[in-house]
Amino acid sequence: MMASQATTAVIGGGLHGLACALALAVRGQDVVVFERSWVGRRASGATAAGVRTLGRDPAEIALSLVALERWHRIADLVGDDCGFHGSGQIKVAENPAEMESLAERARLTRDMGFDHEELIDAAELRRLVPMISPHCVGGLVARRDGAADPHRTIAAFRRTAEGCGVTIREGIAVTALEPDAGGWRVVTDAGTWQVRHVVNAAGAWGGHVCRMIGEPIRFGYKASMVFVTERLTPMIRPVVSAAGRTLSFKQSSQGTLVIGGGLQGSADLKTGVTQVDFHALAKGAQSARALFPAIGTVQVVRAWAGLEGAPADLLPVIGPSVRAPGIFHMFGFSGHGFELVPVVGEIVADWITRGRSSHDIGAFDVARLSL
Amino acid sequence: MLKPDLLIVGAGPAGMSAAVVAARAGLSVMVVDEQPTPGGQIWRGIEANAGTARGRALGAPYLSGLATVRAFRESGAVYWPSTRVWQIEPTLRTYVTGPDGTLMIQPSAILIATGAQERPAPFRGWTLPGVMTVGAAQILLKAPGTVPAAPVWIAGCGPLALLYAHQLVRLGGAVAGFLDTRMPAPLAGAARLAAGAVLRSGRELAKGAYWYADLHRRAGRYVRGVVDLQALGTDRVEGVRYRTADGRVEEVETSLLLIHEGVVPELHTARSLGCQTRWHAGQAAYVPVLNEWGESSVPGILVAGDAAGIGGAEAAIQRGRLAALRILSRLGRLPAGQEGAEAACRKALARALAPRAFLDRIFMPRENVFLPDDDTIVCRCEELRVRDLRGALSCSVGANQLKAFTRAGMGPCQGRQCAYTVASLIANVEARPMGDVEPFRVRPPLKPVRLCDVASLAEEAAPP
Amino acid sequence: MFRLLEQGRSGEDAVTIDLDGQPVRARAGETVASVLMREAEAWCRATPVSQARRAPYCMMGVCFDCLMLVEGEGLLRACQTYVRDGMKIRRQIGARHVVPSC
Repeated sequence: MMASQATTAVIGGGLHGLACALALAVRGQDVVVFERSWVGRRASGATAAGVRTLGRDPAEIALSLVALERWHRIADLVGDDCGFHGSGQIKVAENPAEMESLAERARLTRDMGFDHEELIDAAELRRLVPMISPHCVGGLVARRDGAADPHRTIAAFRRTAEGCGVTIREGIAVTALEPDAGGWRVVTDAGTWQVRHVVNAAGAWGGHVCRMIGEPIRFGYKASMVFVTERLTPMIRPVVSAAGRTLSFKQSSQGTLVIGGGLQGSADLKTGVTQVDFHALAKGAQSARALFPAIGTVQVVRAWAGLEGAPADLLPVIGPSVRAPGIFHMFGFSGHGFELVPVVGEIVADWITRGRSSHDIGAFDVARLSL
Repeated sequence: MLKPDLLIVGAGPAGMSAAVVAARAGLSVMVVDEQPTPGGQIWRGIEANAGTARGRALGAPYLSGLATVRAFRESGAVYWPSTRVWQIEPTLRTYVTGPDGTLMIQPSAILIATGAQERPAPFRGWTLPGVMTVGAAQILLKAPGTVPAAPVWIAGCGPLALLYAHQLVRLGGAVAGFLDTRMPAPLAGAARLAAGAVLRSGRELAKGAYWYADLHRRAGRYVRGVVDLQALGTDRVEGVRYRTADGRVEEVETSLLLIHEGVVPELHTARSLGCQTRWHAGQAAYVPVLNEWGESSVPGILVAGDAAGIGGAEAAIQRGRLAALRILSRLGRLPAGQEGAEAACRKALARALAPRAFLDRIFMPRENVFLPDDDTIVCRCEELRVRDLRGALSCSVGANQLKAFTRAGMGPCQGRQCAYTVASLIANVEARPMGDVEPFRVRPPLKPVRLCDVASLAEEAAPP
Repeated sequence: MFRLLEQGRSGEDAVTIDLDGQPVRARAGETVASVLMREAEAWCRATPVSQARRAPYCMMGVCFDCLMLVEGEGLLRACQTYVRDGMKIRRQIGARHVVPSC
């Protein structure tokens, strides 16, 4: 049987895979995306969709600031504003010790030459978040941060990628990658494809793809939980997190509260089934109530646990494979990849088409995770 | 944390019957139910109504529930009324909220005996105040004993619609008109089923025929062959427009329209646990895949009663008992002398189910119950119409993606009122059989739960 | 829209609830939804999506259309909420509004 042809195959139809496919198509490539279930099924559809530069690992700050500017003009990229609101993100301090840790963080980013994080006092916090509990003493704000609508974002990236000629094959799993004539044979459960490059955007299964190409890495996963309430009238605009708690708190454009922050459910990587653990989620509910005492009787309507790849250092893997020329990684965003979507795909596309990128991605080299 | 041998969800015929068998055999049994008194929907309010004129008017099958309720009360099973099960995790850890707050239970086995709900039957105007289900009106009849203030219009088909009309009239209410949406059944098949059914359960069928005849006599109007309905009005129902198979369109004035198009199993709980389900074409419903004991595909989870597939109260009793016997034997706690119990249950179950295929056939809902026209609201919570969903279906595949893109099924009812219609639309658009369409994945919690109730669990010790 | 079959002997309508500021007599042990269905204005809320009026539909807790604001307890299904003397019930217009004092 003749193998189908494409320039590049992208493994994984999450937002990063779609964004990379789009960037490659814009650069003139013939791209096919293989998605085992359906586009946006995993972390991309399960995210609380925070667009956050606030509190990033120092290695990610520069990249995240580039991405943030793209979010403010996201319609230029995908023809839709993706429900993005740049209403800010705030990390709240509940006592002087937490305030001091935020001040230290602010000094750190300032010393690195960044000015996107700003320390605010109790009065400014209350001006930005009138509903916040009176005991909160201040916070750290990134005023241009915000949040988007994950499903609108998925739809927009998909639509734009397909409009640029990307082929998306859903319900197809990649079972093997074989080096072949300077390129790769991508073996799927629905036929074989002959390509020059492969993008590993397989999220929680990114480590699995690494094994296929003989590049085993130290790699785990996260099953971060999110819960959503009934609709409320507008009560908060910025996304709020807390210095001393695992919490992310925002209100969607429909009025529902979307509460997450990284509390862990459980997952089975073999079946892809994730489970919410309400006993663990109770801490998130408690945190939300501590910061917003008024919401105690609000009804929780839905909860879920996403599934996302996570290297030990919780930094993504971005860049060319060390051992397998023609393979490029972009996975393992550890639950904070949503904001980076508009930039990482372009970086990888540049690596594929030009052999380099203007962004420094040294910190995300796969070699750091070698077994 | 409480660790009963058996947790039963639902104190209707199946749950109570299972509790009696299991508790008498010495298991520690907990029965959790949302209502303040036992009986389920079918025997709702039975303890209060027994011995009253209202109880007598509700009829003998209703009153027969008293014996089961009494046996249940005396069984030694721990009964938690007014308590909601809002989540069951695959480890069987169960979360409940009731008068004593929110807590976790870790049973060794769970019996889902959550009964049925009326089949969602969307039509234009079905969300208006003044449109209710017949089951809702019957609940109001059982407690606190209320009837429509004016002669009422009833539309639909199925035994419950006939029974309610009969009970209503006996209690001094009045039926202004009955819009019968029953389709003429293919005669040959129905006759064969009828013959079999009459042989084995003549009395039940005679009763149904009597209700029918009674309704014909007492309803102000009786309209056969109604194929389409629309509730008229803006802030409340002011009238009903209907069309009959011969193309006639009429309007009548009313401020209350009761609708009923059969019942379907409560599947939310079983599906949330990953229990396999299948499409039961005869009942036009999804049912859990169960073995002859009611064991689901998930170890430790059993289903009995109408939640296992519509069978009525007597079948529910027998299925509840069989499930309890199975749990006893699995736990090695089956008492001596129970050898005959199984056979008796199976015999009674077969008798109870004998008329079912016939009933299913003659009350098979009309096609637009599943595929309403473009203007009809499908998702009551998010107010999405057929048109919106068909539009979204052109660029998404499957119920879960449709949900993500449209919010259908994301409201407080969590898809209980739209899952069937959404699955039917997908089957229709993609020309696939219903059995191939996976309905919405059920997201926790099983029912909305207040944030403060979830938060209160943070104080409880972590389970092992 | 509905009427009681038996007008209770005196004392049987033992409970008075407050519905949008109006006292409404109710029977002990009945649900808020069943009381509402005897009111002239038998609707319980206006939806957050389109402000359309809704009323109890299924009476058994599966449609979530009968959500009403119960003072101090939040937006609950009226058909699963049993009356207590002095209980304050509000029709919910649009999305629920939470205020810092609630």
